[in-house]
Amino acid sequence: MLHIKCPHCGMRSQNEFSYGGDATVKRPALNKEVTDQEWDNFVYNRVSPRGKHLELWQHLSGCRQWIKVERDTATHEIFNTYKTNEEIA
Amino acid sequence: MTQSYRIETGGLINRNKKISFKFNGVTYFGYDGDTLASALLANGVHLVGRSFKYHRPRGFFGAGVDEPYAVVQLYRNGETEPNIKATEQELFEGLEASSVNCWPSVNFDIGAINNFLKIFLPAGFYYKTFMWPKSFWYKIYEPFIRKAAGLGVASTKHDKERYEHKYEYCDLLITGSGPAGLASAYSAAKNGAKVILAEDKPRYGGSLLTSDVNIGNQSGKDWADGIISELKEMPNVTVKNRSQVFGYYDHNMLVMSEKVSDHLPKTKKYHPNKRLWYIRAKEVLISSGSIERPIVFGNNDTPGVMLSSAAKEYLKVYGVLVGKKPLVFTNNDSGYETAIEFKKHGVDPIVLDSRSNPQSEIIDEAKNLGINIKNSYVVVAAQGYKKVKSADVATISEDKKTLGKIENIICDCICVSGFWTPTIHLASQSGNKTKFNEEIDAFVPGASKQNETTLGAANGVFTLEETLKTSFEKGKELSKKITEKDNEISIPNVVEKKYSKHDRFWCVPLPKGKSYKRFLDFQNDVAVSDVEIALREGYRSIEHVKRYTTLGMATDQGKTSNLNGLQLVSEIENKVVPSVGHTTFRPPYTPISIGAIVGREVGRHSKPTRKSPIHNWHEEYNAVFVDAGVWLRPRYYKRGNETLFEASKREAKNVRTNVGVCDVTTLGKIDVKGPDAAEFLNRVYTNAWLKLPVGKARYGVMLREDGIVMDDGTTTRISENHYHMTTTTAQAANVLSHLEYYLQLVWPELNVNVVSTTEQWAGAAIAGPKSRDLLQKLFPKTDVSNEGLPFMGYVEGDLFGVKARIFRISFSGELAYEVNVESDNGRFMWEKIIELGEEFQIQPYGTEALSTLRIEMGHVAGSELDGRTIPYDNALEGLLSKKKDFIGKRSLQREAFVAEDRQRIVGVIPLDKKTSIPEGSHLVKDANAPLPNKKLGHISASCWSVEHDNPFSLAILKDGKNMIGKKLFVMSPLKNKVIPVEIVSSHYVDPKGERVRS
Repeated sequence: MLHIKCPHCGMRSQNEFSYGGDATVKRPALNKEVTDQEWDNFVYNRVSPRGKHLELWQHLSGCRQWIKVERDTATHEIFNTYKTNEEIA
Repeated sequence: MTQSYRIETGGLINRNKKISFKFNGVTYFGYDGDTLASALLANGVHLVGRSFKYHRPRGFFGAGVDEPYAVVQLYRNGETEPNIKATEQELFEGLEASSVNCWPSVNFDIGAINNFLKIFLPAGFYYKTFMWPKSFWYKIYEPFIRKAAGLGVASTKHDKERYEHKYEYCDLLITGSGPAGLASAYSAAKNGAKVILAEDKPRYGGSLLTSDVNIGNQSGKDWADGIISELKEMPNVTVKNRSQVFGYYDHNMLVMSEKVSDHLPKTKKYHPNKRLWYIRAKEVLISSGSIERPIVFGNNDTPGVMLSSAAKEYLKVYGVLVGKKPLVFTNNDSGYETAIEFKKHGVDPIVLDSRSNPQSEIIDEAKNLGINIKNSYVVVAAQGYKKVKSADVATISEDKKTLGKIENIICDCICVSGFWTPTIHLASQSGNKTKFNEEIDAFVPGASKQNETTLGAANGVFTLEETLKTSFEKGKELSKKITEKDNEISIPNVVEKKYSKHDRFWCVPLPKGKSYKRFLDFQNDVAVSDVEIALREGYRSIEHVKRYTTLGMATDQGKTSNLNGLQLVSEIENKVVPSVGHTTFRPPYTPISIGAIVGREVGRHSKPTRKSPIHNWHEEYNAVFVDAGVWLRPRYYKRGNETLFEASKREAKNVRTNVGVCDVTTLGKIDVKGPDAAEFLNRVYTNAWLKLPVGKARYGVMLREDGIVMDDGTTTRISENHYHMTTTTAQAANVLSHLEYYLQLVWPELNVNVVSTTEQWAGAAIAGPKSRDLLQKLFPKTDVSNEGLPFMGYVEGDLFGVKARIFRISFSGELAYEVNVESDNGRFMWEKIIELGEEFQIQPYGTEALSTLRIEMGHVAGSELDGRTIPYDNALEGLLSKKKDFIGKRSLQREAFVAEDRQRIVGVIPLDKKTSIPEGSHLVKDANAPLPNKKLGHISASCWSVEHDNPFSLAILKDGKNMIGKKLFVMSPLKNKVIPVEIVSSHYVDPKGERVRS
């Protein structure tokens, strides 16, 4: 079980969180014309890398904040966690 | 029975407390402190079971967790537990156990015929033989194999024992209380670190209990006792025996199973049977020691052949001789320790050493004691069926390929030592890439992966002096990093005997003309010849060889067999062991009781039960409940001998003719507040929300970004910047997360807050033509006329002093209202409604009637909004705003979503107007078409229409728009039904929606 540092609450066990997928995906702005390909990329297409991955988690059974977690998908090492509005180095 | 193999004195057992127990129906005696294994051995019982495949007689091979054979069925306090290792089970008064995997008895086992058929049961036998004819598998092969294989029998009774889970954090977790564990725990504890020291056996000390060493002028055991009692006094230390750390997971999370009660005749009141510890440790010190490995020779599974370290442990800890004419077969000095122990207790052993001329202190000691030592000698085969009677031995050439003339030595046990295998399971589970150590011919942990450090024998260090030194230092160093304290510890003097080099020899060649089974894996009956076959048939990867032969796949996980298997593969393949690699070590290290893993989450505790504040009333009025997500909701209120069908029909009919009341507390409720709340709802829902006035409700549908309907519900504008959103019972939590996602990540600029208020409000839906009359009685001061409170209107009212919210919304299609009060007033509200509703013939209705009412109205719910449908499919396309963007809108342009013949909701009526249509059935054009019969759609919900008094269903049907009036067939292979049906509109009752507005 992972040990995730919630930037609001501190170290917590994985079972307090739920996973939210790739954090680098950006939703196209409302009312913006987008091509089928751009929309597909936003809704479906993910790179699923082996190694460093910036991902979203929600501290569901805690502060309920969505956070960003930089994690190695192969080793589960967590390098850093960020608030949603934080600059990512 | 007398304990004829128990020596007069010595051992760590309590001879003042005699214990009686039964094995296979025979009563024996042992002592307090025995294991079942040691007590049976004391009574000369060696035959405990039959092997898995060939049903060969099996005895004891080890003295602890590595035991492959002695697995028994245990009976304790009226319960039975299968697959207990006799070597781990402590004796208690009245213990009963029996052999497994044999029938009718361990002495006469019919399955043993497999032993004579063994030529037909080689590796891969099951894969090859039982493949054809195909029809034989289910009827003949599979049931037969099931009966013949398998170990113990699980109890079918409810387990009365309690199991606990515990979460713990510590600075250092130390696994194993041998010299490495004690020394590191001691120095870490002295630095003030929070330490957990876990020992799987009942006694602390590990190898110190049996080795002949001296630490700081005390015996190893006395030193261990001293350290343990000091540790126990320290408030920062938790010392746990009977506790096996069996899994090393991510981020230094380890799991430990503590046997709290297994050693007692009966679990103490308020105590659990086992306790599972989830331990998050800053540092982990693995001091799990090593396990002796066997040397492979003919018939090496005969009862009486056992590890030499086990024989020594039985003697030193339990005072039990495993034999009176022992033969020790060794390739290293450890065998001599066992031989010396025998000699000291007046038994003359013979030592066969595969080495030609080994020299060391301990060998000299053995010689001085007059022990018969034969160098360059090996055991070729054990003789005897149910017990070793003698051994065929021979000299062996220097290259270990040629045997000399075979001689026979009379013996009653063969104690075998093939050197030591470090227990690297935990280190490997942590992700550590292990490496092969040529010095000891075994794998040891490589560079640390997590915060784990392996110490002592587990790390391939077999001298006590070095183990103690590094362990004291490591414990000190790691704790200092955490506590920033640095206490000086003086490392005690160690007196131990030096070992000479072991012999890289692990398998005795077969003599010419002999075909003895030489077993590698004792529990799964995998012999050398099986691995040879696998390699001959082309299996190369050790992972494939393992699966084909089942080597190392038994419940002992190959603790005594893995390395020998690897040696064999590397030898045949002419590779070195490290390039063959080992199979993956996975948790659990040793079998863990399912009860411990499940913990308290059994029965009613396996999921939370949520009850509405009106629940007790429902109970008092004979409600029959149904699970709705985590909630319990009344399904129907039983009157007399009514069936579900009769009751729900009565309740639904009463709503259509008079008035009914339904507990809708479980609906999800979310408060949406803030100056941008309207804008937010406008983006979340598919329809327009900016112009909804205060005091009005609106039905809304929300999509996922992929265009699939996520949820629906009504949302009411309570005040300028305050909305009350409702969701379906099941989706409440998901919808809240969904809203938070958009507010926190996508549109953080919106000034809106959302919070769940599901538990804060109790809700009652009052539905039926007489509902307004009733509402007026409930709220005499409020104008509830059609003008004062129109459809989709909202007012606040005073319910006899209780503040209430009144919504004019309808799920049943009738004139209806929903009243909400604070949860604590829920029952008060409900009773008032029932009391004042009496004159209008009010009846409470449950979820079954609720479903009936919504189905015949064609209102969609969870069974249509099933995560596969878009708004059009549910006839909700009228709610899609063309003017504004919303979540998921762009996806609705997808080709499949705009297809002309897109699936759509329809109504379904059986042509005979009598046959009920099973939910989940398929709709097909031709009932007699060959399989696979093309499915046109499926029945999503069924009811008995109370309006029309015949069955009615909803279906999601391909090209549903153009199918109205068509005749199709409903097919339910599960219920074996074919029903001719007609497709009609999904709005079976009041299609114009006049009643809700009346």
